[in-house]
Amino acid sequence: MKKHISIFLLLFLSFNAFAQDTLQAVKVEAKSKSIRKSYKSVTNTAVMTSKELLKAACCNLAESFETNPSIDVNFSDALTGTKQIKMLGLTSPYLMITEENIPSVRGASQAYGLSFTPGTWIESIQITKGAGSVVNGYESISGQINTELIKPASDIPFFLNAYGSTDSRFELNTHFNKKISDKWSSSLFVHGNTRVSKNDMNHDHFLDNPLGKQINVLNRWQYTNAEKGWVSFINFRYMKDEKQTGELEFDKDRDKGTTNYWGSEINTEKFDVSTKLGYVFPDMPFQSIGFQNSLNMHKQDSYFGLNQYDITQKSYYSNLIFNSIIDNTMNKFATGLNFTYDDYNEYVKVPNIAGNYDRIDTSVGAFFEYTYDNTTNFSLVAGGRVDKHNRLGLFATPRLHIRYNPWDKAVLRASVGRGKRSANIFAENQQLFASSRVFDILNQSGRIYGLDAEIAWNYGVSFMQGFLLFDKSADIGFDFYRTDFQNQAIVDLYAGPQQALFYNGKSYANSLQVEFNYELAKHFNLRTAYKYYDIQTEYLSGNIERPLQAKHRFFTNLAYETHIVEGGKQWKFDFTYNWMGKQRLPNTASNPAMERLGDYSPAFSLMNAQITRTFSSVFEMYAGVENLGNYKQDKAILGSHDPFGPHFDTSIIYAPVFGQMFYAGLRFKIK
Amino acid sequence: MKKIMFVLFLSLIGFASQAQEKKSKNAKKDVEVRGNCEMCKKRIEKAAYTVPGVKSAEWHQDDQTLHLILNEEKTNDLEVQKAIAKVGHDTEKVRAADEDYEKLHTCCSYDRN
Repeated sequence: MKKHISIFLLLFLSFNAFAQDTLQAVKVEAKSKSIRKSYKSVTNTAVMTSKELLKAACCNLAESFETNPSIDVNFSDALTGTKQIKMLGLTSPYLMITEENIPSVRGASQAYGLSFTPGTWIESIQITKGAGSVVNGYESISGQINTELIKPASDIPFFLNAYGSTDSRFELNTHFNKKISDKWSSSLFVHGNTRVSKNDMNHDHFLDNPLGKQINVLNRWQYTNAEKGWVSFINFRYMKDEKQTGELEFDKDRDKGTTNYWGSEINTEKFDVSTKLGYVFPDMPFQSIGFQNSLNMHKQDSYFGLNQYDITQKSYYSNLIFNSIIDNTMNKFATGLNFTYDDYNEYVKVPNIAGNYDRIDTSVGAFFEYTYDNTTNFSLVAGGRVDKHNRLGLFATPRLHIRYNPWDKAVLRASVGRGKRSANIFAENQQLFASSRVFDILNQSGRIYGLDAEIAWNYGVSFMQGFLLFDKSADIGFDFYRTDFQNQAIVDLYAGPQQALFYNGKSYANSLQVEFNYELAKHFNLRTAYKYYDIQTEYLSGNIERPLQAKHRFFTNLAYETHIVEGGKQWKFDFTYNWMGKQRLPNTASNPAMERLGDYSPAFSLMNAQITRTFSSVFEMYAGVENLGNYKQDKAILGSHDPFGPHFDTSIIYAPVFGQMFYAGLRFKIK
Repeated sequence: MKKIMFVLFLSLIGFASQAQEKKSKNAKKDVEVRGNCEMCKKRIEKAAYTVPGVKSAEWHQDDQTLHLILNEEKTNDLEVQKAIAKVGHDTEKVRAADEDYEKLHTCCSYDRN
């Protein structure tokens, strides 16, 4: 009997041991996605990580969105080569662009501000569709783009990036970082870029890209005291950018202010100091106080032929935020106070308008935002703020975002929000200065250049579903947004080719995006999106669609990377294809035949590709091509043979001006 | 004199013991809770939140621990463990009833010994 029992026990033990062996820890190695879309976040936010930013030529923030389906990237004019971004069919003035949650591209820096943040400084970008959070401000109408810069405490000691391209643009980025003590760390980022030679691929005697140089320096300090709960950032930033464009024979010392040759210079200098102070209560990790302050000085001196535009903006921004919970972490709230001060010195000299538009804007506001999360399948963010602005008056801005997960891997979102802003009509429409258009502001009674404030409501709904297709992960999503402008500062280019009219009016923008993402094979991903836009504005001449906006757009991106072998060697391949439907063009009917464009532009496609070779974990090289198909706009500059005549216009741009562009670069790190 | 000293001494002890028993409004407690998958995390945390006084509840699958911040004036960790056991998860001090354990989804059937 004892023998039987002992054998039985032995068997039992061995079974147990066997069971233990098979229960090996399963290590799940998920490939981190370069664009992360959460099923849990309340807002329709996609996070672009630094991995995504490496996929395109991507020299600065304005060029970081080439591989992202939600943002449309266009050229704004034929001369400065500045890329303009649009979300939901609306241009960047209607987006709240923040850097580490402090509003950054606004006012004087609206036109070129995105090109003043080098791509290598960026850690991640959060793109939110629908009215942004009330914590940051009241101006966001169609969405919010927040850029997080690399933090000193988590940075590597040295980074170098060198870049060159066939349009003679060269860039150098160097990052230095030092951990000074266990609490203090500091980074110094130095960026320089230049374009040295004159290019005229379309032979219209005008430079396709501006000559220029830029120096951009950022010094960051971070203090982290985890036990006491203090975190602090101090940033010092300086930037100087010089651009020269115009006719090939233009000499700035000889021809400025004359009618010998048409030329333009845009010189910008910027200085910023910003601080963030955060305190997390040590025994209450859900309760914290944040205090943000930012002091900026932005100065732009520019001329476009005989037109002149000088603007200096001094601003101060301050935001005090208190975060805590009600009962438990399912109910969170944020509340606080905000103060903004802007001092504008603006001088405009264009046909029909010459004078100073100096003004001072101040606003004080209080906000409250409540977040509910039932930790299972539902959450909402309801916020409101009240602001008193010396020009916009006393007004309220409500915002609501809701998220619901109906079943596994599905998320349904809805949002409603109101935004109000003053349109800086000159700073936001600088491309019109490089033309012979006569400017006219039709309203005179409003407080902002004679116009009233822009007020809009944004509503949207989106749905995303993840699923398996032939055993590989895929997801499909769609979103629909409508922006209703109760009042907009309308720029009318339909009245006539020699006119630019500004007046108050109503408009709406409907946008629909259908997206399909699929992991074709391991390390081989496909991204596709179709976008439909219906944007109508009440112009004086009737309800017409907004010019230079395609109704249909199609985007696809293919990304493939090889397995990382020993030593960190890897190949990465990227290909992006964009198809743009026909775009309505501004009115050029009364121009002579040579300077007449049709009612619509042709539809066309653009392709970009890039190959990256990682030699080790510290060194990689990349090469690529933009506009592989060499598609160029037929007549980029109207009246190019007589730039001081009545038909000159460089602002009607619907396609690239420069053809194929090859580039190459290297990245070197010391870890 | 001796009597006054004695009374003073007693009251001092009384105060001291009061200080010892003072309840924290944000007490940190780590409780072992058995569970298996993502679904368990939601169920455990949701159960913890139903107890008034629980401010924050975070369960980690890798160390099978529930990190709690609770208001000791309103509740204590035993109450939270009872609430979690009720939905089928064994905790440090309270074992779930067999019927509640059976109700769990198959992926959640953690090891009980």
